[in-house]
Amino acid sequence: MRAIDYTAPTSLSEAVSIMAAHGDRARPLAGGTDVLVQLRGGRREADVLLDTKKIPELNGIKLDDNGLQLGAAVACYQVYQNEAVAAAYPGLIDAASLIGSIQIQGRASIGGNLCNAAPSGDSIPPVITLGGEAHINGPNGWRTVAAEDFCTGPGRNVLQDGELLVAIQLPAPAANSGTAYLRFIPRNEMDIAVAGVSSTVTLDASGQTIQSARIALASVGPTPILATAAGDSLAGQAVSDEAIAEAGRLASEAATPITDMRGTIRQRHHLVDVLTRRTLNIAIRRARGEE
Amino acid sequence: MPGLVHVTTTINGNQADFLCEPRQSLLECLRDVVGMTGTKEGCNDGNCGACTVKLDGRIVTSCLVLGVEAQGGEVDTIEGVASAEGLHPVQQAFLENAALQCGICTPGFIVAAKDLLETEPDADEARIRHWLAGNLCRCTGYDKIVRAVIDAGERMQA
Repeated sequence: MRAIDYTAPTSLSEAVSIMAAHGDRARPLAGGTDVLVQLRGGRREADVLLDTKKIPELNGIKLDDNGLQLGAAVACYQVYQNEAVAAAYPGLIDAASLIGSIQIQGRASIGGNLCNAAPSGDSIPPVITLGGEAHINGPNGWRTVAAEDFCTGPGRNVLQDGELLVAIQLPAPAANSGTAYLRFIPRNEMDIAVAGVSSTVTLDASGQTIQSARIALASVGPTPILATAAGDSLAGQAVSDEAIAEAGRLASEAATPITDMRGTIRQRHHLVDVLTRRTLNIAIRRARGEE
Repeated sequence: MPGLVHVTTTINGNQADFLCEPRQSLLECLRDVVGMTGTKEGCNDGNCGACTVKLDGRIVTSCLVLGVEAQGGEVDTIEGVASAEGLHPVQQAFLENAALQCGICTPGFIVAAKDLLETEPDADEARIRHWLAGNLCRCTGYDKIVRAVIDAGERMQA
C-alpha cells in the first residue's frame, strides 16, 4: 500500500471538516475489512484514512420507541451480542452473524457494508426491508436517504465528497411483523452470496392476513434491489402457499443478475424464487412469535 | 510523505512502544517492527486467519488492522499463549493430536481456538468448525485440528 495519513478525530464536526478538506482523497475507516484490502490492491486510492471509531455518533447503539439508531462504525458482533437489538431485529442478526468470519465480524460494520455498496452485501437487504434510512452528515449539514436508494452501482453510493454516513436508522418493528435474511452459498461459511433475499412481513392481529411486505435482493443486480411488486403483491392477501409462490415469482422477475464465477443468470433467478419463499415463511413465523 | 507515528500499546500484558508508518498493518508492525514473528502472514487480505490476534478482547485478522489503530489498545498474540509453567492446553492438545503439519496456520488457529474455549470449553464440533471457519489450513484437512480443540476443551474443563 502506498503511503497514507491516518487521523482519528473524536468529534463529528472535526471529521466532516477533514473529509471536506480532502474531497475524494479521504476515505473513512471503520472495520477496515473492505477499504484496507481495496487500498492494498490498488482498487481505491486515498491520501488520508479517517478512523471513524472514536466519533461518538458513529459508535453508538440506541434502541428506543423510535427504533434502532445504529452508528455506522458499530461492528457486527456488537449488533448480535446486544440482546435487546437481537430480539427486536432478528432479520438483521441473520445477516450480521454470517458476514465473513468471526474475526471479520469483530471489525466489520453494517454501515461499512452499506457504504461499500457491493451488490452482495449481506446486511443491505434486511436494512432495506426493515425500512432503514441512512443518516448522512457533510459540509452542507444533514440529509437522509432511504436504504434502497443508497447504493448507486457496484462499489458506488450516494455520498458526496466530504460526506460521512453517520448512522443507520431502523424504525421500531411494527406489531405482528417479522424479518428474515437468507443467502445461498456453495459452502457453509466464508463465502460471497450467489443470491441473497430479505423479507419483512407485517400481519394483522389474527396472524392470518398479510398487511404489508417488503422483499429485497442481493447479488442479483448492480445494486441491492427492493422488489417492490413482489412485496406489494402480498398486501391484503391471506397467508397461503399460493400467495407466497406468486411473490417468489415476482421477486425472481425483479432480479437482473449476470453470469459470473459464482453463478449463472438462470440459477440466480431460481435462487431468488426459492429464497424469497423461504424467507417469507420464516418472517411469517417470526411475526406470529413462533420462532 | 507521512512520517512515522509513535504507537503505545499493550502486547501480551506488557506495555510496548513502536514507530510505524500509518499504512502499515498491525501484522507488519508485530513482525517487522516489534520483531514478534509468531503471528504469520498468509493471504494478507483477511481470508485465511493465519494472522489472527486478539485486539481489545476480540479475535481479528491483524492484516486488516492498522498498527496505528492499536494505540492505547490491548493486543494478545501467540507469544502470550504459553506461560512460564508450560504450554497452554490448546498448544499441548495440538501437539498430541498432530494437528499441524507445515505450521503456518497454527498460531492463528491456536489464538482463535483458545478464545472460543475460554468462554465455551464445551463447544461441540459444529460450533468449533463454525468458529474456526475463518482459519484456513491447506495441510491437515481440519479433522485433527477439530479433534485437538475438542481435546483441549476437555482439558480446560478438567
